[in-house]
This record gives sequence, C-alpha cells and structure tokens, in this order.
Amino acid sequence: MLELRKDIFADERDDNLKEIGRGTQRQDMLGHVTGTSTYFDDHKLQGMLHLKVLRSPHAHARLRRIDTMEAERSAGVRRIIRGADVPRNLNTLLSLINFGKDDEPSLAVDKVRYKGEPIVAVVADSPREAYEAIAKVRVDYEPLPAVFDVEGALKPGAPVVNETYPKNTFVYHDVYDHQKLRFGDVERGFAEADHVLEQHYQMSPIEHAPTETNGSIAAPDTNGRYVVYTSTQALFFSLDTCAKILDVPSNTFHFIGGTVGGGFGGKVDTLTEPLAILGAMLTGRPVRYQLGREEEMQFGSPRGAERIYIKDGVMRDGRIVARKIRAYFDSGAYTRLSSYAVVKCVAHLPGPYTIPNVHGDVYCVFTNRTPATAMRGFGVTAMDFALECQMDKLAHLVGIDPMEFRILNAYRDGDMKAHRREAKNTALIECVQVAAEKAKWPLREEMRRMSSRKDGGGSRAAVSPTPLEPAPQGAAVSQQRTTYDRAPPATIQPPPPTPTPSPPRPPAPSPSHGATRFSSVFGTRRR
Amino acid sequence: MTKTALQFRHNGRDVALFVDGGVNLLVALRESIGDMTPKFGCGQGGCGACSVLIDGELHLSCLTLAETVNGRAVETLDGLKDGPNLHPLQRAFMEQFAAQCGYCTPGMLMAAKALLDRNPSPSRAEVIEAISGNICRCTGYEPIINAVLAAASGGRARA
Repeated sequence: MLELRKDIFADERDDNLKEIGRGTQRQDMLGHVTGTSTYFDDHKLQGMLHLKVLRSPHAHARLRRIDTMEAERSAGVRRIIRGADVPRNLNTLLSLINFGKDDEPSLAVDKVRYKGEPIVAVVADSPREAYEAIAKVRVDYEPLPAVFDVEGALKPGAPVVNETYPKNTFVYHDVYDHQKLRFGDVERGFAEADHVLEQHYQMSPIEHAPTETNGSIAAPDTNGRYVVYTSTQALFFSLDTCAKILDVPSNTFHFIGGTVGGGFGGKVDTLTEPLAILGAMLTGRPVRYQLGREEEMQFGSPRGAERIYIKDGVMRDGRIVARKIRAYFDSGAYTRLSSYAVVKCVAHLPGPYTIPNVHGDVYCVFTNRTPATAMRGFGVTAMDFALECQMDKLAHLVGIDPMEFRILNAYRDGDMKAHRREAKNTALIECVQVAAEKAKWPLREEMRRMSSRKDGGGSRAAVSPTPLEPAPQGAAVSQQRTTYDRAPPATIQPPPPTPTPSPPRPPAPSPSHGATRFSSVFGTRRR
Repeated sequence: MTKTALQFRHNGRDVALFVDGGVNLLVALRESIGDMTPKFGCGQGGCGACSVLIDGELHLSCLTLAETVNGRAVETLDGLKDGPNLHPLQRAFMEQFAAQCGYCTPGMLMAAKALLDRNPSPSRAEVIEAISGNICRCTGYEPIINAVLAAASGGRARA
C-alpha cells in the first residue's frame, strides 16, 4: 500500500471527500455561461498570421513535383512550408513511450497515402489569402492503386500503403503481424461444444465532430521560447511531440490549453501544433492554424472501423467453452494510436466472461483511409458491441434468457482471465441483477442469489493446457526504438535538405533533456 | 481590399468600424470588436455556436454579412448579464449542469433568450424547437431543455 505523506498537503484540503449526493458547482461553469472561458481561438495576438494546408485530392499517389512559385508571389503570403522545412518530418505519436516506428510525415514528401493528407502549408496575412495561395500550388501527382479494405490490404500483391510497414500491418514484439492471445485449446473446445456459432461484425469510422474544430496559435515569446495556445486534449503529450518533430528541447515551448471545445478523443493527435509553431519560427510572428469544419469532418482522424469475426462453442447448459476471435482494426494510412487500441482490445478478450479456451488474433492494418485515432473506449467499445451481440445470439441458440446467460458465464473473483491475471473485484453479476431489476426483467430466484464473490476460483482459476505454435518464420523485423539521447534518428527517408532560412534555434539542449521529455510523458515531476 | 464603414449598436453601446468587403458578422465581432463570446463551429450555419440577436431576432453571425447590420442592434452573450448579476438563463444553466465543454453555450443561451423574449412560458416542445439549430456534442440536450424551462418559470417550478 502506497503511503501518502498527507502532512505535506495538510493545508491544501481536508480528507472529507463525502461529495456523493451533494450538489457541487463546477469551477468552469461561470466562465461557460458568461462566455468568458478562454478557448485557444479566443486569443487575439498582434500581427497574427494564418496557416492553411494544401491537402491531397488522391487516396494514394506519388508526388512527382510540387511547384509553389506562383503561390509564393500570391498577395499576403509570408511563407510557404514544405516537408523539407520540417526538422524531423517523420513521427509516430507513441514513440514518446517507445512504441512503434516513426511512420507519418507532418507534410508529405514522396507520396500521399490518404485523401486529405497535408502536402504544403501556406502562412499568409489572412485565411482568405492563404486559401488563394493554396489554389496556386501546382502538384504533379502520379495516382497509385489504393486499398481501402482491411483484408484486401493483407492479400499478396496489395498496394503497400506505408513503406515503414511493408506488409500493411503494425509489427508487434518485433516479429508478429498481429497481437495474439492464446489461452487453452479452442479447437478442443469446439470439438466438445454442443453448438458452434460463427458471426462477423463490421463497424464504421465515426467522426467525433467536436463543436470547436482542432486548432492552435503559436507565438514567439521573448527568450527564444514559443507560447502555444491549443485545443489539445493531451497538453504535455502534444508538447513533447512538437519538441521531437521540431527537434528542439521541450522547454522551448509554453503550452496553454485545458479549455477544450469538445474532444472525445479527436484532439490527441497533435494535428496542428507542429506546423503552427514552425510557421511562427519561420516568420517570427504569431501563427494560427485552425481546421475548418470540412477539414475536421473529412480529414480529422475518426474512430477506426473494425472488422470482427467471432466463433463460439457453447454447451446446452449455457456454458461457453471456447471463443475464437479474429479482428482487423483499420488504422488508415498511419499508426497514430490504433496499435495501442489493438493491445487494449486483446487484453479485454473474451469480454467479462470466464471461458476456458480463448484464441485471439487482432491486426492493426494500414489502408489508404484517413488515419484513425482515439475515441471513447476505443479498442474495447466496438469489440464489446460484437461480443454482446454474440451473447444474445448464443443465449437464443441454447434457449436461455439472455440476462441469465450472462450471469452464468460472468467472471467471478478468483477466476483466471485469458491474459493470465486473476479476476478481482468483479461485479458483472451484480450489474446484471440491478439492470434486470430496473428494467423489471424477471430473473429466477437462483440467478438473483448468485454473486461475483462466490463460487469463483478453484478449477476456474486454472490455465487450460495451451498448445504451442511454431514461431514465425523469417528474420525478425527490427523495431525502431526512438531514442531520447539526441542521437541522429534512423529514418527511412533521405535527410531533408537544409531549410532556408533555417528556423531560429534555441541554445543546444542539455544532456538531461531526454529524461525531462520522458518524465513529462509519465507525469512525474522533475527534480 | 475595399473597406466598408459600419455603425451599429453592440450590446447597447454604439460601435463604428471599417470592415473588409465580404466579412461576416462573426469575424467582425470577434476580430474587430473583440467580443469573443460568439464561437466559430462550422462557418456554414450548421451548428449555431455563433448565434446572436439582431434587433431581437435570432441570427447566425457566420452567415450574416457584417455590412447588413448597419444601424441595427446586435446582442451577444457578452451583453446578457446585468452588471454583475447573471441573467436567469445563465443562473439556470449553471444550476442545471447545462454546459459541459461550454463551446455551444453562448449560442444556446442566445437561442434560449430569443425564445423567452417572445414567449416567457414556453412548453417543452417549444424549447426543443427553439434550440433545434444549436448543436451540443457533450451534455445531450436534456439538461439544456430543463435549464431553459427552469429559467422560464423563474425558478418557481423545476422542470
């Protein structure tokens, strides 16, 4: 048990937290009802410029030539930014926690991989002048075959979406093209089952549609730093991402946020800050980059679509004896957070039920669709929808009331979960009992008496014998680990030419820089 | 770019400014006057976050050319309070948890004010109709409807 030194904070608050059942006013409500809550776009800065990006009209195309000559001469244009101007034009969000390879440029260089991918940014005196200049950028595209289907992307000969992952799948544990879960022997379970039910579920992408679109304003501060007002949901995550992309120490930035006009997961991708800051570095002026509504709806990352196959073996008495799941997460053209969603999903299998044989294969697949991201329980929400549909169908199949069917199969304290952790503090049975009562749904007395705290463990705590599988063939794909020691990154791209003029560089970072950056990811305080 | 001279009443105060041709009222209010209470949500008249009153009538400021309000009276959320005292709608929104992220709130309050100004005791259906042009993505409308009804009845009967 962690001991808290409460004496240190004795004057800050008392420990009387008995707030349930009492009305408490939210601290930000007065600001909301008087319109004085300050969102990122409510900052009016002297001499502010406006950044807009040219987006790809193709889902997949090679960029043969980008001609910005006419755009540069367009009225009000202060600066055109191309991929070569971005110090580290390749990143993946979770590199901050050493997960995955850098695969996404801030501005496309050689190829565009989804419709709407940014190619060139224009910084101008007004949004209108920025748009007018964008219309004058000439891009010579060579359209490439595109793939929009998760299983199509895995077929031999499918177009390679993202060269960082040539098999169109994220790579787990350096070798696997998917995340696996093996617990017991599902094939034996199916052989013993009275019924086997196979179903397939397809989700659609969902746009978060926050009322405030994604955006940020970056402004040069004195002392070589930059102040960034942002709509981000993940302030320090965005700050560290910008430090990496712009190749400066994270203390170069003062991020101000927290008042977000709706997020729901759609504001964690650091979509606008790197270019806004780079614009401010290159022009020496405050730069505002806000997505329009069409950009937000069409190109802001959505909840990813998932395709899920479930095969269940169930006994006549209602016990589920085997569950096999194969699922494909549509990550779109880049990883962003889908790799993590897959891990979360697999840890959640087979749902809150005790099933002795579970087999899961979940793929994070790259397609030429808009990159997907976080949204409200992502990784679990869609899988749960599929699992609970499946539970209703299984209950119907064996002729058992669906509520009682869930109580029968619910995990209980002491049971072994498929990822080999003991189930503790379980409460599914109680949840179903309360839900049934509220819905006036009749449960048999026997079911009303069941408890999550009784009859768990014992044989239910065992890990059934799990057959070994042959190790994957072929040489291990080496996972790129992002270093924090300022060593030159290993990129798959040729080094970009030196931008002219180069952005003003703050003083060289101290050796402790990496530790600082890492600590802010985990929220620990630097000493 | 050609500038147009413009004069109107903003929350009871006369203002005069020059605006670029084609500029909408939302931009004029936010950037020229510095009234940040109307919000940009879509620029297409789809979300209602920019709602203001023009001569007492509800309008979407993002679809209103700034020059068309010359000589007229524009009210925004910034003018809803009476000095330090909150308007009954503002109090009701606070008490009924009728805002979460707060971004739709300025438009929502102006739509509600437009309703109560012409109909002091609306039915639930009339409240729903009145805020039907305002999108909220967080709270789910129910607390907002209840807050408007509570403000309408002066807090005597909670909806």
